Amino acid sequence: MAAHRYLPLSDAERDEMLRAIGLKSADDLFASIPKRLRLGGALDVPGPLAEMDLVAEMAARAGENILPDPRSQFLGAGAYRHFAPAVVDHLLSRTEFYSSYTPYQPEISQGTLQAVFEFQTLICQLTGLDLSNASMYEGASTLAEAILMAERTAPRGRVVLSDRLHPEYAQVVRTYLANMGIVLDIMEHGRDGAADLVAARQALEGKASALVVQHPNFFGCLEEVEALAAVAHQAGAFLIVVVTEPIALGLLKPPGEQGADIVLGEGQGLGVPLSYGGPYLGFLAARQSFLRQMPGRIVGEARDVDGRRGYVLTLATREQHIRREKATSNICTNEGLCALTAAIFMAALGKSGVMELARHNRAKAAYARERIAAARGCSIPYAEPFFNEFVVRLPVPAAAAVRRLAERGIACGVPLSRYFADKRQERDLLVCVTEINPRGEIERLADELGRLA
Amino acid sequence: MSKGDAIYPESLRYTKEHEWLETRGAVATVGITHYAQAELGDIVYVELPQMEAAVVAGEPFGTVESVKAVSELFAPVSGVVAEVNDALQASPETVNKDPYGDGWMIRIKVSDSEETPGLMSAAQYRKYVEDEAN
Amino acid sequence: MEPRSLRAPEPLLFEVSRPGRRGYDLPPLDVPVEGHNTLDARYLREDIDGFPELSEVDVVRHYTRLSRLNYAIDLGLYPLGSCTMKYNPKVNEKVARLPGFADAHPQVAEEMIQGCLRLMHSLERALCAICGMDRFTLQPAAGAQGEQTGILMVRAYHQERGNPRRVVLIPDSAHGTNPASAHLAGYRVEQIASNERGCIDLGALRRRVGEDVAVLMLTNPNTLGVFEGEIEEAARALHDKGALLYMDGANLNAFVGQARPGDMGVDVHHLNLHKTFSTPHGGGGPGSGPVGVKRILEPFLPVPTVEREGDRLRFQHDRPGSIGKIRSFHGNFGMFVRAYAFILAHGPAGLKRMSETAVLNANYLRKRLEGTYHLPYGAPSLHEVVFSDRNLEATGVRTLDVAKRLMDYGFHPPTIYFPLIVRGALMIEPTETESREELDAFVAAMLAIDAEARRDPGLVTSAPHTTPIRRLDETAAARNPVLRWRPRGKES
Repeated sequence: MAAHRYLPLSDAERDEMLRAIGLKSADDLFASIPKRLRLGGALDVPGPLAEMDLVAEMAARAGENILPDPRSQFLGAGAYRHFAPAVVDHLLSRTEFYSSYTPYQPEISQGTLQAVFEFQTLICQLTGLDLSNASMYEGASTLAEAILMAERTAPRGRVVLSDRLHPEYAQVVRTYLANMGIVLDIMEHGRDGAADLVAARQALEGKASALVVQHPNFFGCLEEVEALAAVAHQAGAFLIVVVTEPIALGLLKPPGEQGADIVLGEGQGLGVPLSYGGPYLGFLAARQSFLRQMPGRIVGEARDVDGRRGYVLTLATREQHIRREKATSNICTNEGLCALTAAIFMAALGKSGVMELARHNRAKAAYARERIAAARGCSIPYAEPFFNEFVVRLPVPAAAAVRRLAERGIACGVPLSRYFADKRQERDLLVCVTEINPRGEIERLADELGRLA
Repeated sequence: MSKGDAIYPESLRYTKEHEWLETRGAVATVGITHYAQAELGDIVYVELPQMEAAVVAGEPFGTVESVKAVSELFAPVSGVVAEVNDALQASPETVNKDPYGDGWMIRIKVSDSEETPGLMSAAQYRKYVEDEAN
Repeated sequence: MEPRSLRAPEPLLFEVSRPGRRGYDLPPLDVPVEGHNTLDARYLREDIDGFPELSEVDVVRHYTRLSRLNYAIDLGLYPLGSCTMKYNPKVNEKVARLPGFADAHPQVAEEMIQGCLRLMHSLERALCAICGMDRFTLQPAAGAQGEQTGILMVRAYHQERGNPRRVVLIPDSAHGTNPASAHLAGYRVEQIASNERGCIDLGALRRRVGEDVAVLMLTNPNTLGVFEGEIEEAARALHDKGALLYMDGANLNAFVGQARPGDMGVDVHHLNLHKTFSTPHGGGGPGSGPVGVKRILEPFLPVPTVEREGDRLRFQHDRPGSIGKIRSFHGNFGMFVRAYAFILAHGPAGLKRMSETAVLNANYLRKRLEGTYHLPYGAPSLHEVVFSDRNLEATGVRTLDVAKRLMDYGFHPPTIYFPLIVRGALMIEPTETESREELDAFVAAMLAIDAEARRDPGLVTSAPHTTPIRRLDETAAARNPVLRWRPRGKES
């Protein structure tokens, strides 16, 4: 068996080392494994491939995907296509960032630790809250963790969820909370795009630790965060706001300044590649009072023996490696490099860039919505304000429309039937428009949708 | 109420969980021992119950944290919390510096006048600590 | 502020920000903006207070300089026990960035994304072959989430049989994520003692297993690097009482190609793509924690799974017994690409040589260090070995000091103070991608530090001396947490 390119031991070196430790053959290394468990033959896996063939094989796989030009894709529903400038991938590709370990030894991890401290600050600034952790896996599990955090802080045994949350988020929350003794009640939106305050008040009757809404919600509609915060607080509950498209916070009032107690969500829209659904980036921000109950890692400022300012993982006693089953969460590895990606993206765009990007998204979506509304057979079922996503009601089932437009090289949106079995939503399509979609493609989309009837 | 430099003050009673107890009439003052604070290291946070919370002998009533460890605090007697040392919020290091004096944690209005079994004298506790260290 | 030098600390983004600087340009807006079509002002923010304003050059300098303050695997050894810090192949970064993979939106219709589905299917097949399991879910985002997923499936299994049971048994040597994950599944945790070899006490297990025990979570090899030789007997004891065996697969690097969890009586286990399968640690993630199951747990897998229908692949959402979803979309796909490339690069013989070399390297270090450092458990080591600081007791130098001094020698320290069953533990796992020279240099450093501890302990206890920053006051950081930057005059 020849040496492998990733294994820096030649056959001769291997034999020498075996001798040095008093063993005759490599097989002896595994003497502690019972004989009957030792594999006789080779594993049934493909390979080995030389690098040239490996690249060809993977390129062939990637090539099997038949994707329309990104400029002709109008897909959102939890993941958002934004243009990340070249500096982002360039900087996160520095091996000191991507091949380093979790910064448990701060003296040789200041690069990571300071970058995370900056990330925490940027998230606080975007959301309007004072406290952020170092990141979590992605938006849905972060919501589950936020609910658990609210319940630990104010144990009521019940949480009210808007029915306009991303359905996968609602599903993940149900999975996470299945055995935690917390009742999940749903607040219905009825025919409206956004939450009704009366319904919210009613849903919160009796004890509840939190009201959870998404803003913009799954149908793209803005929620009345300030009014909902008042209703929640009056009922003795926290307001938790979920954000799946963080670029929206470049335009919209930060929920933390509108009374939200916890603001969390999906950070993928901050320059993290779409990568077919992962790795993504959960962010979690909250009022300072949640500090002791905040899950996940947190980086804090510190001084060294020479008085220099530095950064360190802190408040570790909340975490699993110390508190074990009483920990605020089981999370260990999080999404460090994705948090760095988002931080670099936010730094590269800067204040003016993020705000302008958000304005462009909104303007293009507004233009698209207007053109589509005027297309034959198409209507807009929800009149509420929106950011860069909106629902269109088509003259034919939306799933069929998606297939037809795919043949014309357009990914026109996400059919709501993918998530909802209700026949009334069979013709509804969730359309997302970002800065990537040029005017010409927006007009082509409207024209093609108008040809469906 | 300093106990001077003694690390096993005679006037106190001690638990296996390294808490100390001083009873005056119906009120018991509770903290952690010199040994406990030394084992924990620099204390960064103390989590204490609210006033009037019920405490049960042998059950946890709070936690004490250092940078690398967290320990539960166990009530040596049953009763109701009459006073909480709020100064520990801002200065948790007081527990390290003066564990038997200013580092006291809570005062309990004792519900059961009979002494909880298992409480040790200073001499018994000293022996217990020396055995545990070996 | 410190004067400029190669060692000067890097200011924060917000401190180098200057009003009016731009780092980014959008093309001119190509659609009209009509008054009636804009958002009401009450929804809009006027500013992002404190957000940085930098030029592209500022951003590049800032992060480039920050990166130089980090140690990384491409600079040298990370002997971190249980972390499997191995080389991250560069071709994996290249293929993960293929536009067909990196630009694929997760909401694209199935017919258009067969390449991604095929990759997921192939990875699942390969992991099943490597581990001897029947199915894998690729959904969990990391090992801890994998544990949680596994225990939730165990619970669903018991629930279907009419008794969810109450207790998860976990050895006292286990990683903290084990009990934390069990707790998240609604179970109570009970510790099971280790025997004098550091392995599970089979007698204690047999005495404890009952109708109230749902599962035993066993790490194999355990956190001492020792193979659980009685794992089959443990599985039998559990199965006899209707309980299941979960294996924490963090240490799989020790026996890939030599043995398979599925043959050991394991019903469910997770593995870490960012450990055994070389995906980069990223300074704290992203990871990926696929979970393998035997047929009995297949009904409870998270949805969707990837199924083959002729030569097409599709997602199956219809699984009535499923525990649901543990995260949005399908898993950390970017890590699947890298892990599968890793498997293809090695092939069956390469994977076998990988574990062989990992175990050889660990035993070489053990042999060279055991005369000097205290070895608490004499049982044979596989891919990692645990020492303690017991031999240094008289000098006043502790494990923490040894770790800090190692940095002056240009090494990342080993895992310290874990597992908890060894006081002052130093857990060393070199992995297979280290050369003999690197191992010898590490040994030389460890021996030198032992000598320093005896000759001049102050040098060690005040280490490190040559790193970009020295020992930090973590106590003060925890007592008065400062967790974000604030503009001057707004410090709270």
